[in-house]
Order: sequence, then C-alpha cells, then structure tokens
Amino acid sequence: MAHLGPGKAASSKEQTGLRYPSNGKTIYHRPLNRTKTAELSQSSFAYLFSEMVSYAQRRVTGIQELEKRLNLQGHPIGLKLLDLLLTREPPRSQTRPLTIIALLHFIKINLWTHLFGRQADRLEKSSNPDTPDEYMIIDNEPLVNAYISVPREMSQLNCAAFVAGIIEGVCDGAMFPARVTAHSVGGKEEGEMWPGKTVFLVKFQPEVLEREALIGKG
Amino acid sequence: MRLPSFELYITTRTVFALIIINKAGGLIYNRTFHDGGLNKISTNDYLVLAGTFHGVHAITARLNPLQPRTTTNRASLSSTTTGAGAGDLVRPEPPSGLEVLETENFRMQCFTTLTGIKFLLFADTTQANVDLTMRRVYDLYTDYVMKNPFYQLEMPVRCDMFDRRLGSYIREINNR
Repeated sequence: MAHLGPGKAASSKEQTGLRYPSNGKTIYHRPLNRTKTAELSQSSFAYLFSEMVSYAQRRVTGIQELEKRLNLQGHPIGLKLLDLLLTREPPRSQTRPLTIIALLHFIKINLWTHLFGRQADRLEKSSNPDTPDEYMIIDNEPLVNAYISVPREMSQLNCAAFVAGIIEGVCDGAMFPARVTAHSVGGKEEGEMWPGKTVFLVKFQPEVLEREALIGKG
Repeated sequence: MRLPSFELYITTRTVFALIIINKAGGLIYNRTFHDGGLNKISTNDYLVLAGTFHGVHAITARLNPLQPRTTTNRASLSSTTTGAGAGDLVRPEPPSGLEVLETENFRMQCFTTLTGIKFLLFADTTQANVDLTMRRVYDLYTDYVMKNPFYQLEMPVRCDMFDRRLGSYIREINNR
C-alpha cells in the first residue's frame, strides 16, 4: 500500500522535457469529459458495475469474501482519487486532511461530489462510548446500488462495499489507516422512504486515535 | 342510483395484470395489479397460459401470406438475385405475430422484444395509451432486471426494485 502524500509539485518548474501550459493547468486539473455537465452515462456504469459484481462473485464462497473483493476493487481508486482531488484544489488549501473531521468532510463533500455529483447525506460519530474509533458516512441512495436488488438469501450483502473500498483507499492514502464497511439500513421503519439507505462504517486503527489525541493536546 | 355508474368509472381504465414470457415459452413473471376484472387462476394455470400463448404466438408469426410481387420489388431484386426461385410471388417482411387480443371485457397487448421476450399486458378495453405503458414497463425491465448482477437470464424475475417501481408506476396509472 503506497502511502503517497499529496505533496505539492514544487519541483515541477525545474524538470525539463515536460511542457507545462502557461496557465499552470495540466491535464490533471480538468476532467477528460469537457461537456457542459461533464456527465457520464449511468446505464454504462450500471452495466459495468453489474459485471464487476458478477466477476467478484465468481470464485467466492461467502458474502464476506464477496464484499472483500469489491472492497479491493475500490481501494486503488481511492488512493488515486485523493491525489487527484487535492491536485485540483486551489494551492492554498492543497494539503491533505490532518484531522479525522477534516478527512471525513473531504470525503463527504469533495469525494462524493466528484464521484456522484452530490454530497453524502450525513456524517455521524458513533454514540457508543466503547467504539470511539467508529464514524459513519450515510448515503440515502447510493448510486452504485441504483439498479441492484439483492436476493433474499444474500440479504447481508451490500454492493456499495465497492464505495467502501474507495473510502478506505482515501483514508489509507491520507495516512489514516481504517477499515470501511457498507451496511444496509433501509429495512427499518425509518428506511421506508429510503429502502437503499446505506451506512459506511469507518473504523480507524488505534494509532490514528492516539495521534488525534496528541494533536488535540498540542 | 348513481352508484353503478360510479363503479363503472372505477373499473374502466385499469391495467389488470402483467405477464412476462421468456424465449422458450416459460413464465418468468406474473403480477396482478387490480383485484376483480379478471378471474384469479392458479400459478400452474399461469404457466400453462404462458406456454399456450407462446405456441399461438409462434403460429401467428408464421402466418405469412404471399403477396404479388410489385414492380419496384422486381426491379430491385433482379439486380441482386440470380433468378433462383424467382416467381411471381414474394414474401414480405416476416410479421411480428399476435399483437393485440380484444374481448368485451379486456384487451391484451403483446410486445415482443428483439431478444424474444414477450410482455403481455392485460388492460381494460377503454384504457388509452397501452403502448406507452408497455414501453415504460419495458424500460423498467431493462433498468431493474437486466442491470441487476444477481439476475440470471431466462430465469424467473425476483427483483425487489423491479416489483417496487412497477407497482408504483401502475398504481399511478390506475388511480388517474
């Protein structure tokens, strides 16, 4: 797992052989798709994702293993997106998030807007005093699950494990090692309105909280 | 007594039921939207109905009357064919088979997809825009069944999302 800091490209001017546009905008600053809304076809994505799920399903024996595979498919995307999104930030705010809250806000706002065109619906901290390392990112209707009906015998499965992998990649890349899992909560009485409601449970490693406590003191 | 006419108003303009038949003539989905209007039949009978309709549809699709060749046809054909089997008759485009079946109580519309799946929609005879409804049902099928990684082709449709969306769409039509 490469812990690549987003470090500013300070030495970019010194390099020779690469040409930089005069306004400083490289191809990384703009999406490849330059149409007005920069939208992609949701159908194409749905078919692609459907095949990704089928592919992950091929050689697994259980639901946990399947979620693990989907998680692994998303992980590298998260690592790369952290760098990309920070590059596109204005130079002043171009530092990687240093606190848990800043990181989660970055995920809720920047990452979600880049991937799904809107922010995540809610951010929560676990109210259970036994698990102070758990945070929740809540999406009422995850885009990846838009067309997916999970069969009854696999009701534990949530295909948004792929998105959980992306989040995990972002956390790992920002040096906040964490385990991220996706859970469906649409079945409850509150979930009537949002049957696909999904909670992304972010569980940070103990050293992250240790560091966070030290920063708090300082 | 204004009640009967009121009842009549309710029972007209309704979509009664939807049946989906796969390529092989097997029933893969059936759902009733409106109690009354149609007789209730057992699941087994639904399977028989699907199989029978599949056969009837295949026969109607083969009913393909020969038509006298027109001059334009002859002109275009003479340049391409070498005269094998050339006669005075020509077969038109193969017909799509049974499309509508109407009785005094209901009207059954059949839509065949390019992949050979048949959608049967049972509606009231006065129901307008059945084509549009069918189109939308097909849209829902392509979205919530075909894009679902857990659906196996040719197998019975068991997709919660499809059930939910279809239910709310038809309810909207029936309550209009």
